[in-house]
Amino acid sequence: MQTTETSTIEQFAAQDYKFGFVTDVEQETFPPGLNEEVIARLSAKKGEPEWMLEWRLKAYRHWLTMEEPTWANVHYAPIDYQAISYYAAPKPKGSGPKSLEEVDPEILKTYEKLGIPLHERAILAGVAVDAVFDSVSVATTFKEKLAEAGIIFCSFSEAIRNHPELVQEYMGSVVPYSDNYFATLNSAVFSDGSFVYVPKGVRCPMELSTYFRINARNSGQFERTLIIADEGAYVSYLEGCTAPMRDENQLHAAVVELVARKDATIKYSTVQNWYPGDENGKGGIYNFVTKRGKCDGANAKISWTQVETGSAITWKYPSVILKGDHSVGEFYSVALTKGYQQADTGTKMIHIGKDTKSTIVSKGISAGHGQNTYRGSVRILKGADNARNFSQCDSMLIGDQCGAHTFPYIDVQNPTARMEHEATTSKIGEDQIFYCNQRGISTEDAVSMIVNGFCKEVFRELPMEFAVEAQKLLAVNLEGSVG
Amino acid sequence: MTGMLEIKNLHASVDGNEILKGIDLTIQPGEVHAIMGPNGSGKSTLARVLAGQEAYEVTAGQVTFEGKDLLEMDPEDRAREGVFMAFQYPVEIPGVGNTYFLKAALNAVRKHRGLQEMDAIEFLKMVRGKMKLVQMDEGLLNRPVNEGFSGGEKKRNEIFHMAVLEPRLCILDETDSGLDIDALRIVADGVNALRAKDRSFLVITHYQRLLNYIVPDYVHVLVDGRFVRSGGKELALELEEKGYSWLEGMAPEHPAAQPVGA
Repeated sequence: MQTTETSTIEQFAAQDYKFGFVTDVEQETFPPGLNEEVIARLSAKKGEPEWMLEWRLKAYRHWLTMEEPTWANVHYAPIDYQAISYYAAPKPKGSGPKSLEEVDPEILKTYEKLGIPLHERAILAGVAVDAVFDSVSVATTFKEKLAEAGIIFCSFSEAIRNHPELVQEYMGSVVPYSDNYFATLNSAVFSDGSFVYVPKGVRCPMELSTYFRINARNSGQFERTLIIADEGAYVSYLEGCTAPMRDENQLHAAVVELVARKDATIKYSTVQNWYPGDENGKGGIYNFVTKRGKCDGANAKISWTQVETGSAITWKYPSVILKGDHSVGEFYSVALTKGYQQADTGTKMIHIGKDTKSTIVSKGISAGHGQNTYRGSVRILKGADNARNFSQCDSMLIGDQCGAHTFPYIDVQNPTARMEHEATTSKIGEDQIFYCNQRGISTEDAVSMIVNGFCKEVFRELPMEFAVEAQKLLAVNLEGSVG
Repeated sequence: MTGMLEIKNLHASVDGNEILKGIDLTIQPGEVHAIMGPNGSGKSTLARVLAGQEAYEVTAGQVTFEGKDLLEMDPEDRAREGVFMAFQYPVEIPGVGNTYFLKAALNAVRKHRGLQEMDAIEFLKMVRGKMKLVQMDEGLLNRPVNEGFSGGEKKRNEIFHMAVLEPRLCILDETDSGLDIDALRIVADGVNALRAKDRSFLVITHYQRLLNYIVPDYVHVLVDGRFVRSGGKELALELEEKGYSWLEGMAPEHPAAQPVGA
């Protein structure tokens, strides 16, 4: 029975990455290498003010004193940080794009291929897209409409130029420049990213979306996102990611900071489909990301939803600091590892305020030789009276070469806390597949159905159209999983 | 005249142990055949071999279904051709709604038969009608497939699937096991409502009592992988009275029975 189960499901790993094309645009790229001079050039290139350069250099000097962390349950050859180019941008034609019409048509074609609605389709879909291509933000749609509501949605570089007071107030307020090795590196060399500010009492009228794409060879992508929801504001934000297929590994070290003030809600959804490497584990993106939100006021709410199907290695723990009383933190995650992918992902919920509540739902799916680790930390600090946490970590194994690991850390310093933790590990059973077969459903559809059912609690947290995308993405990634 | 289902000299084994040792059986359209036998006689193995479960290896013999070689087909193709098995232990599929699952199944079957896929509204209308047939609670429609269902609900759900998919050959694998008398009657009523002149049934059971409700045309007694006696419905009553030991000595050879399935 064991052998049939394996042979039926084993071909899981062999599936082609569909976003692996390379766009042929003229690139302006820094030669590989990192030192203070490179950072100064980068900052100058972007026309940044002095304070920004100072911040970068402070981070860089701190980074030099740090050591790369090794505690994660992932394995990779040492990264040569001097072999990475820290700036790659499509060469501007003339003085740089002022509107969509001025964006290099090759780039727009790339986004077309990826199905990103940059033009009129975007209006129909009601999605405003900020597209980051390698290191620069290419075009931001819907800026005007959002501006009417007082919402700022622009590239990070633009925010530094046009809204320096907001950037200076909030940048590093949730993830300090000294936070961790990769976040500190990002603080020194971040190239671009998205910036959102939703003013008091404003409900953002559309989903905001950023699409990240790594195109250039040997370049790292170090984007930085900062989202601020002022008192009583609401915003829902989605990021999606892809990259071309390359034999060498590429580093993606991003930082995302969220600040939700009193009564504000931020919903942040990620569909990550970076190139995972080939079936032998060659190439692929190292996705080392720091994401953290702060509920900085009573009744604030931050909700992270992530669907992680790509990257050779994923290392990320979208977290919430529950500072305001009655604030709410949520983390819903689906992580699929197949081939030789490794994921070490989870969350941190830090309860500081009274009556704070957090929910963690993690679904890990491992196939092929994939290794999937859930690592979560729930801390209830002394003053957090009546804090509540519910954690559920479910793992599904497909085949017998893969692995699932769970590391929940719980630290309770207040006796009134209520904690619940549930964990399950299941195997897609031959009996489930046979049951579907016996009703006329093909094995491939059965696997897809079973996996989607397993992930349902997470998918229903995604905005509708992205939930559909996520399901499709899982189905595509599961293609060839059965024979 | 060839039957809807023709089984000739069927031998099958699991993990190298021979369970079926030469089965011959012909079922005509509209007939109800019951297979009875002690635990480990191979009843469930026969059901699963016909449904195409991989763990069961056919070592000799032929099976044709409506003239086609059944053993050559993948399990999903057998289902699409019209072979249905109500499971002894229906499988739970967490997170997958019963309705969603059934719609996918029905449309796979329809596509195979060259019919148009059914849309959601049409499907729901049809499903409501079928639910009455098996006295299914509407709540079970929207719950994940079999998840948290009681034993009786699971069995009823199997009959409900059968009603929706409208198969040509229905195999009931010990559908009565674990059912109290009320649940048994509901399941049997559902089956009887589905009896039709172009639909055949293969009812596998350990106990005679199911056959009080689903009255078979033929009864076959399976002992140690072979039929030792076939007859009309009165054979079941005789068996009830005398017990399986009455026939166990009749097996042509009598090695230690391998407990499988049942």
